[in-house]
Amino acid sequence: MSARPEACPDCLRRAWLIGELAGHIEKAADNRAGSRAHELLALADDRLAEAMAGPRAGVVLERAARRRPRRLRDEIAGVGAWACCRHDGLYPGALSALGDPPAVLFGRGDPELLTGLAAERMVTIVGSRRASAYGREIATKLGLELASAGLDVASGMAIGIDSCAHRGALDGRGLTVAVLGCGVDVPYPPRHTRLYEEIVGRGLVIAELPPGTTVRRWTFPARNRIMAALSRMTVVVEARERSGSLITAEMAHDLDREVGAVPGRVGSSPAAGTNALLRDGASVIRGAEDVLDSMIGVGFDPARARAPRGPALEPELTGVLALVEEGSMSADALARASGLGPGALAAALVQLELAGYVRSDAAGRYERTSLAAPEPA
Amino acid sequence: MFAVARTFALIGVAAEPVHVEVDIGSGLPSFTIVGLPDVAIRESRERVRSALVNSGFTYPQHRITANLAPADLRKAGPGFDLAIAAALLVASGQLPQRVLDTYALAGELALDGAIRPVPGALAMAEGAREWGIRGVAVAPGDAAQAALVEGLEIVSIEHATRLRDLADGSIEPVPAAAPPDPPTDDLPNLEDLRGHPALRRCLEIAAAGAHSILLIGPPGGGKTLALNRLPSLLPPLSRDEVIEVTRIAGVCGENGAPRVRRPFRAPHHTVSGRALVGGGSPPRPGEVTRAHRGVLFLDELGEFRRDALEALRVPLEEGAVTITRTTGTVSLPCRFMLVAASNPCPCGNGPDSGECNCHPGAVSRYMAKLSGALADRIDITIGVDPPPPEQLSDERVEGSAAVRERVVHARRAQEGRLGPGRANADMTPGELRRHCALEAAPRRTLEAGQRKLGLSARGWDRCLRLARTIADLAGEERIGVEHVSEALEKRRRPER
Repeated sequence: MSARPEACPDCLRRAWLIGELAGHIEKAADNRAGSRAHELLALADDRLAEAMAGPRAGVVLERAARRRPRRLRDEIAGVGAWACCRHDGLYPGALSALGDPPAVLFGRGDPELLTGLAAERMVTIVGSRRASAYGREIATKLGLELASAGLDVASGMAIGIDSCAHRGALDGRGLTVAVLGCGVDVPYPPRHTRLYEEIVGRGLVIAELPPGTTVRRWTFPARNRIMAALSRMTVVVEARERSGSLITAEMAHDLDREVGAVPGRVGSSPAAGTNALLRDGASVIRGAEDVLDSMIGVGFDPARARAPRGPALEPELTGVLALVEEGSMSADALARASGLGPGALAAALVQLELAGYVRSDAAGRYERTSLAAPEPA
Repeated sequence: MFAVARTFALIGVAAEPVHVEVDIGSGLPSFTIVGLPDVAIRESRERVRSALVNSGFTYPQHRITANLAPADLRKAGPGFDLAIAAALLVASGQLPQRVLDTYALAGELALDGAIRPVPGALAMAEGAREWGIRGVAVAPGDAAQAALVEGLEIVSIEHATRLRDLADGSIEPVPAAAPPDPPTDDLPNLEDLRGHPALRRCLEIAAAGAHSILLIGPPGGGKTLALNRLPSLLPPLSRDEVIEVTRIAGVCGENGAPRVRRPFRAPHHTVSGRALVGGGSPPRPGEVTRAHRGVLFLDELGEFRRDALEALRVPLEEGAVTITRTTGTVSLPCRFMLVAASNPCPCGNGPDSGECNCHPGAVSRYMAKLSGALADRIDITIGVDPPPPEQLSDERVEGSAAVRERVVHARRAQEGRLGPGRANADMTPGELRRHCALEAAPRRTLEAGQRKLGLSARGWDRCLRLARTIADLAGEERIGVEHVSEALEKRRRPER
């Protein structure tokens, strides 16, 4: 049987009503990053219109009532999307834990995949947009290993941690779900258009707002609540103080879902938020096995099971690799620490890079990749 | 009642011959200068009159006309004063004709008759030799530069009263002089740079092959300190190069002793494209030309205007700037070594530092600026971090002299292959094929670099040039795997 998600007329009208009132909600949310959007979205149609549009509420409601479901469905199909309302059998059950579940989920990608979505098999990975190289590396690795272990990875497709988690999950040939804070047909941020197309091709892109809606400040926390509800566990890889990903973590906590955080350096500002989460009792996430421990059972190590190993290294190169492993460093710092001449060190670094063990960034700093070194013979 | 003196107009870095014709005719007393003079030349009337009167000559109360030929060449600056005055004195019978036959004249007059230096004395002396004139009379401040030109009589004349002595032939010409040796120890020394072994190595390689180099790192890491020490590593200028460099400096108004040092130009980042590459009418040399045979240092590369950086591409490639005006085309030499420093992001801390508060978009725009315009022109890129303080005090490091010795040795090998004044950085594709043939093993390394590190076709050539220099430093004729590997490490990385 091929699954075909459906949406009832009332739910569709509700979605379009929110889309129409998006600007009003933005104002009402008082520019405080949508702190009140949560309460507003829990309101019924008429109360919401009244609170937002004031004297024009009648007009807005009347226009909503006049919207013809067929036209709306055509509009959805026109952008290659589908819609699934909360009365449909395919609607993810996990979202009903929310006090204000989205009336309709708009989606792109194979709707068949909806049948397999279950909070028990999904992990949400979120984090800062201004992520460090370390954070991006961890996010990619988490995405890859969790996907290889058979878990689904949800995230928000934002710059930084989010996109790395998606990328890792795609590389791990797993299912990944991108939850957008705009219309499902809008690849936001634009620089991730290729990632968006890839996720549409192999995973799911979902959104609460009707097609064509652009992002607003309040739509990000609104989208975060969906991400938090979709999965059993939310992992924050890197977050600054007052980061949006902390909102996701808080929502997950309120929904009684697990919250994990990747520890960062004490005093490092990209990790200030995650470290605070750990202090407040979030699970310590050192890698995929820590996630799997809480999701599946203790002691499962996907990295040991399937991670590829690199070529064997000469002793001199092993020494340099050990230094890079201690932290990302400039060639100068490595030359000081290794005691090698700068010429020999440069040659060694290139050999390591060609073998895939290290990578260097635009500023010439070296860092370790996730490629495992061979066991010493 | 008519006389012709000879002098020069500066076009780019060359001196064009100009005849100053003065005619004294009957009519109401007046003084007119024609022949496309600028305001400074027109005001020359007042200077010439006062200078002559104050030097004991008689200013003729007649109708005086001065014409600067060729009439269609635009002339600028006060350097025509002396020639106008001399022609006026000959035309009024106060000086013998011999003065004008023997010497070209270039100098600005003070109201008391003293003669001041003018820009471009060396260029004018070269022009005079080409023109077939026996000698040039210049202000004392210009004599040292002009005397670099051989086969020419340079006379230093400090006051208009001495024009009579010039006519008698009683002024001794300044002896033609070889350029003095540069003082060696007053440049910032490399021994001040401690705790940066890899950076020191990069500076040495850059100096050895005249390669362009970019330092990326947070403020206070030692970038500027390091690059200010680069001049002390460069080989000395040859005699011909001293003349080239002095000619350019002179044209830009730097009088005095010949330039025996390689120029080190560090324009501020607000510089315009035109000030960087030259231009205007008449065309004037820009910073790239003033850095000819030396170093152009762009500190805070990311802050430079994009169009200014774009304008650098052709000069870097061709070693010359061609300025085309309706009146003609001028080519200015600019073989310089580009060195640059930049912060890793607008706030300076670097996106991975944990201290950076820049928006991700702003960081990628900043990096795009670094890699955009000049990406294909920079041979060596290195990240620079402040070293830990304990490294600063007790490290034993080499001084500039020892490093320069190796650099000079490597340059000698390059000049043997490529010709005088040439370095590996400006090898043509043909020379690259001839002098950088790779054996199987190093070629495999470079191919792996192309495949796995995203090395472009240009990057391949750049890597070869760099590997050639590294091998030259090691005194090896063959390029080995270790040379190619080290060259690969210095490449530009794509931005994330």
